[in-house]
Amino acid sequence: MFRRLPEIETATQAVSFTIDGRPASARAGDSVAAALLANGVTACRTTPVSGAARGPYCMMGVCFDCLVTIDGTGNRQGCQVRVAPGMAVETQNGKREVER
Amino acid sequence: MTQPSRGGEYDVAVIGGGLVGSALAWGLARAGQTVAMLDEGDIAVRPSRGNFALVWVQGKGLGMPEYAGWTKKSSDDWSGFADLLREQTGLDVAYRRPGGFMPMLSEEDLQARANTMMRLHNQPDMIRYPYEVMDRETLRKELPFIGPDVVGGTYCPLDGHCNSLRLLRTLHKGIGLLGVDYRPNHRVERIEHRDGGFRMSIADGGAGGEVRAGKIVLAAGHDSARLAPMVGLSAPVRPQRGHVIVTEKTAPFLHHPTVYVRQTDEGGVMIGDSFEEAGFDTTLQPGISSAIAERAIRFFPLLGKLNVVRSWAALRVLTPDGFPIYEESKTAPGAFVATCHSGVTLAANHALTLAPLIAAGGLGDGFTPFSARRFHVPQAA
Repeated sequence: MFRRLPEIETATQAVSFTIDGRPASARAGDSVAAALLANGVTACRTTPVSGAARGPYCMMGVCFDCLVTIDGTGNRQGCQVRVAPGMAVETQNGKREVER
Repeated sequence: MTQPSRGGEYDVAVIGGGLVGSALAWGLARAGQTVAMLDEGDIAVRPSRGNFALVWVQGKGLGMPEYAGWTKKSSDDWSGFADLLREQTGLDVAYRRPGGFMPMLSEEDLQARANTMMRLHNQPDMIRYPYEVMDRETLRKELPFIGPDVVGGTYCPLDGHCNSLRLLRTLHKGIGLLGVDYRPNHRVERIEHRDGGFRMSIADGGAGGEVRAGKIVLAAGHDSARLAPMVGLSAPVRPQRGHVIVTEKTAPFLHHPTVYVRQTDEGGVMIGDSFEEAGFDTTLQPGISSAIAERAIRFFPLLGKLNVVRSWAALRVLTPDGFPIYEESKTAPGAFVATCHSGVTLAANHALTLAPLIAAGGLGDGFTPFSARRFHVPQAA
């Protein structure tokens, strides 16, 4: 669904991270939300009340639809965090846990 | 539907569309009355949209045991009330009664709390109810994640909570189904008692015109202070501000409400219980928000990990002694006032007990202690 611009593909370094434990690859400078989309993960969570699927939308910190668990902390805004080598990104099923 | 009574378009006009007015209008219509509910607009001072949603019993009524009994009765009737609302509207107001805690951060506070509970229950005519004073270890068995500063607390199995925004919405849906004429933008400018009925002039900035009714109920919260003297009543209420913080929705972990912190049915954690005398100013004070957040984290340190999504300040409707006023006018019979700061807790009473009495024509002797005359005459020895 989403494809990178070719000049980005060649001008940046690859970054390895995981999505729900599976190895994934992004480019340096990607936000977590962009990295999810580039890896074909368009739905990254379900809503806390109705359970509807949600994915990154505004990509600028406003809509809060890209919430994911990053390195063990729930409800992080994927579009506001840069992907880092070894980062563990988890999709969220409903409400976050208070302990993580 | 019954015929409108003599002297009015409606049997009864309820002035105020918040939780008190809506619960009364619902109960009055259920009792067969034709009802108009006159409400202000969206920018009305509306504590019903800002409250903490506890259905709370423990500790209330020191100085007026009748209020303790009235509160307990509403708590006892709340479950049936929620069932009636669900059957009628299909909406669930999420009432739960798991028992509530009041955790304490010092031995002095815990001792003072225990004394208050004892004095409350030692009052003559007090309807007693179960409660426990718990030390830290006992409390920790019920609330395993209390912080190191918590020394203990009190527990009462009658305490509960609901979704109060949904309660307001549900009551409004319910009164619509019962045929109540809901009239927003109807700020009442003046009330005249004439020919055994009442005429309300509606503010020109709103809908304008006149509404007539055989009986009226003042349930206008802060505005009842202005309206009551027009019909020989008195409602000396003042605003007392409280701050509330709500966090992001979180998987259920706090299974009991406390006075300061509760987790809503949808998962958000509400933090509250500040008291400020600040008139009608609802500006958020960051210093107060951070103080209540800090206290909440001392009770439950794991709250520190949660993101805050909203905070606000709202205005309690307080009488000089903090207890409700329920009274019928002596000089304008058929005019009633109902005001309290616990519109959620007392909603079941207002709908199921008070409204049918007003529909039938009078409050009776049981309500004498709730008369505003208690503020006017010197207390007899």
